[in-house]
This record gives sequence, structure tokens and C-alpha cells, in this order.
Amino acid sequence: MTRTSETTGYNERLEQKLKAIFAGGQQKYHEKMKESNKLFVRDRLRLLFDDGTYSEDGRFANVEAGDLPADGVVTAIGKINGQTVCVMANDSTVKAGSWGSRTVEKIIRIQETAEKLQVPMLYLVDSAGARITDQLDMFPNRRGAGRIFHNQVRMSGMVPQVCLLFGPSAAGGAYIPAFCDIVIMVEGNASMYLGSPRMAEKVIGEKVTLEEMGGARMHCSVSGVGDVLVSSEQEAIAEARRYLTNFPANFAMKPEKLEGKAAKAGRALEEIIPENQNAPFDMYELIDQLIDEGSFFDIKKLFAPELITGLARIDGQVVGILANQPKVKGGVLFGDSADKGAKFINLCNAFSIPLLFLADVPGFMIGTKVERAGIIRHGAKFIAAMSSATVPKISVIVRKAYGAGLYAMAGPAFEPDICIALPTAQIAVMGPEAAVNAVYSNKIEAIEDPKERLQYVQQKHQEYKEEIDIYRLASELIVDEIVAPHDLREVLIQRFSFYESKDLPLPYRKHGVFPV
Amino acid sequence: MKELKASMAGTVLNILAAEGDAVSAGQAVITIESMKMEIPIEAEFGGTVDKVHIEVGGFVNEGDTLITLSE
Repeated sequence: MTRTSETTGYNERLEQKLKAIFAGGQQKYHEKMKESNKLFVRDRLRLLFDDGTYSEDGRFANVEAGDLPADGVVTAIGKINGQTVCVMANDSTVKAGSWGSRTVEKIIRIQETAEKLQVPMLYLVDSAGARITDQLDMFPNRRGAGRIFHNQVRMSGMVPQVCLLFGPSAAGGAYIPAFCDIVIMVEGNASMYLGSPRMAEKVIGEKVTLEEMGGARMHCSVSGVGDVLVSSEQEAIAEARRYLTNFPANFAMKPEKLEGKAAKAGRALEEIIPENQNAPFDMYELIDQLIDEGSFFDIKKLFAPELITGLARIDGQVVGILANQPKVKGGVLFGDSADKGAKFINLCNAFSIPLLFLADVPGFMIGTKVERAGIIRHGAKFIAAMSSATVPKISVIVRKAYGAGLYAMAGPAFEPDICIALPTAQIAVMGPEAAVNAVYSNKIEAIEDPKERLQYVQQKHQEYKEEIDIYRLASELIVDEIVAPHDLREVLIQRFSFYESKDLPLPYRKHGVFPV
Repeated sequence: MKELKASMAGTVLNILAAEGDAVSAGQAVITIESMKMEIPIEAEFGGTVDKVHIEVGGFVNEGDTLITLSE
């Protein structure tokens, strides 16, 4: 077909418009991005998608305004690891990535697309929040900003939702990360807060820095709103891609099984686990001996590290691992560790990822401080999430599992598909020292001779240990199996493959009243 | 001057560094016994021990200052 001058004219106009749109905001804002090691939104997307290719929706949003290319947000569809995904990405060179009415409409539409296609939804956040001058057009109405969060809640557990935080996520916008399955934050640049430090000083008189109040490290280690702390945008994008390899496109599908790899070379479990129940050791070293080398994806590594939660592959099959870490706070469970465990179980259960519990837990923390902070309420969340999970659950009692710690770590009463004890396992309401104290304290105090008293205590310890001997518990069918530590990986591979077809009907009701 | 604080409530079992000692980041400087477990408390940063605020056998609550370090 020959081009007429008229059609060439049309195309020129289109090309000019697109060129302006693709350029984003003013040059000075691009320079500012570079100075703080930030990438332009379209460069982020090229790194994120397979082969750097994607298709955009609503490119011409607010094109008539002239200075608001794409209205400050790119909404795109493309492939990650060969799987279709939908993405919204703020452009902070355009009015600091703030939201106008078309920005919000674009975000809502790409969410609707992800829901219709039943594919993962990613949020690349770098935004100052609402354009207050446009508030009536974008804030309170039916398809205003609230709808974004409404959609997120609706889509939760339906498709994976991932947040990559590259800059601020302020005020109402801070709820985007909160409703995602996982939040990856770039140290030094990412921040989340409801009110800025300036607002905090004006409204409540507090003087505080952005890093202290809403920085990436704070959120990933103290508040727990962040999950993965990274040092660059490139790393954030690589981690998001790696995270998604563990997930199916939606709840109705199963995670893809890959070819298995051997575990990392290292010491045998027999050498790693100390015989003394009260001595610390590094649970990460044990996990390395059970999983395919290099497959661990740590979630909330810096938050409540007394409980390890992460995704891994065992002979190519994705599993979610919850493991007590005796090296940190003795592996005792606190309110934060309970929250961490509950969210992780919900994540795995939603997307058909089987669960592996590695128990070495002295119980939940006691004392005034934790009781006042509601440790019972927090512990109930963990136990409720574990109890409601219908994916295959394997409970391994590595060493001690005392009190409600046994419950939280999928003890026998909570229908794990199998409860495996290592020969070092010790299951009880409490440890021997505490139990003997609780039962015989009056008698112990009444013995005046210190030597005699010590002898009495030691004898009672011995009797108690015999009562909770792991072979006695196996004989009573309390634990299903006792396995030699060096066989554990092979046993797990077999068992997880047997349980693949597990299909539990949900109880007939609307939903439980979930403790919060 | 930096403070090393107790990560959880418990009783001081051992103090592994004395005033004037140089400690490095990650070094266990105190053991707390809590929930019948031995909890190593590691220095989060290196420095010289300026003051030890606790004694063996004493109760410490979560957040209490154990040791002050100077750089």
C-alpha cells in the first residue's frame, strides 16, 4: 500500500505524542533519579519482564494536559519466567508519581485485567500519594483510590500480589504494600508512612527522620511491614522474579515442579544438632541439609528472626518452611514471630505450597511485657492459620517442642500428614527443669541438706525424662515415626510426593472468626 | 557511645567481656538464661567495653541496657 501524505501526517502525530509519553517527566527529575541510584520507570519494566518486552494500556492517559505523560503511571502486561503478569508502575518523574483520577483509573483497570486473566499482579511503587488538588476526582468516589485497595483485598489469595518499593509509599498509598503478599524494599530509597516526618512534627510535635520512622530497614526489621530488604533496584527486580518461580499463576493451579538438585555439602544433621536441649545452634545450617542447594527464599529474614520462614525446593518441589531458630532468643515464640508465622502459612496455603515445620521450641514467651502486648491473641493467629491450612503439612520435631510451641509447629492434634520425631525430640508441656520445679517446689524447698536436695531434683529430672522419652511417645502413637537425622531429607522427599494429591474439603460455613 | 540491650527478659548467666575489653561485631558478650534456654547476646557493633550495667544472676527485662560500648 502506498502511503498518502495524509496518513503519513497521522502517523507523525502519533509518533510525536508517543515520544513525549515515553520520555516521562522533565529532564531535571530524571537527573534526580540518577543521583539517588533510581531507574526510570520504563527501564525498571524492561528489567522486570522476560526479554524486556511488554505491552502498555492507557498510554495516552491525560495526554491533553501536556505535562502529565501517562498520568504518572505505567500499566503493563507481559511475561515473567514465561508466565503472563500484570504490572502497575509509578513514574516519579511525573509530579512525583502522585495519583490523579486517570492514574487511579489505570491502576484499577490493570487490577481488573489481572483478576479476569487470573494472573499475578505486581505493584512497582514510587509515589508521593494523592494529588490533593484533584482529590474529588480521585479520592472518595466509587472508582477512587479506595477501590484499588478493595480490589487488592478481593484478589488476595486468588492471584499472587507482589510489591516492589522503590521510593515513598505515603499516606493512603501505604496500604498498597500492606495488602500485598510480599513487599521488597530498596534500602535508602524505599519508605512507608501514613504521615511524613514534617507532618509528624507539625501535628504531634515529634522530631524524627524519615529513615527512623518509615525507612526500608526499619520496616523490614522492626515493624514487619516489609519482607525483603535489598540494596538496589536491580536486586529488587531479580528477587521478585525469583520469588515468582515458586508460585502458580493463581490459586486454582499448582506450583511448577522443577528438576531436583542435591543439598549443599555440609555437616551431617547428627553433628549440627547439639544433644543439650538448651544449647543454641544455627537452624539455617540444618535447613541447608534438607533443601536443594541455592533454593531458599527467606521471607522476613530480619523481622522476628527467632522464627525462620522461607520458600525452598526439596527435590524440585516447592515447600514453605517454618523453623524455630535456637540461635536467636532461644527460638522462643513472641507476638511478632506469631504474626510472621501466621502470614506465611496463609500465603503458602493460598497457593498450594506444602508446609514443613521444623520444631525446636521452648514455647511462647512468658512475663508481664508479652502478656500486656497480647501474646495469647498473637499466638492464636499463628495456631489458627496453621490449623486451617489444608495443604500437605509435615511436622518434624527436631529437639524440644514444649507447650503451645508444639501446637504452633503443627503438633499431632492439628492433623499434620505425618509427625516425624528425630531421636533428639522431646515433647512435653514444659521442659524437665521447669516441670520438676512446678510440681515439687514445696518438697524441694523443705529439704534442708543441699546435697540431698540436689539429689532429689536430679532424680525427679530423670523420672520426668523417662516419662517423655520419645520411644514411649512413639509407642503410644503420639508421633508417627522416628527417623535418623541423616535420612530426613530422603524421607521428606518421599512423603511430600505421597501427599501431593491431598484434597481436604473446607468446613461448611462462610468463614471462621479469625483471631487478630 | 553505643548501648547493647537485652533482646528478651531473663537472668544473666555469664558476662564474657570486662570493662576495657575490645569486642568485635557478632561476638557473644553475655549469656542470658531465659525460658531455660541459653541465649547468647552478641555485640551488634565493635568497640571497647565502657561499662557493664548488670551482674551475674540479676534479672534483665527486654530492652534493658546491658553494656555500653565506646568506638
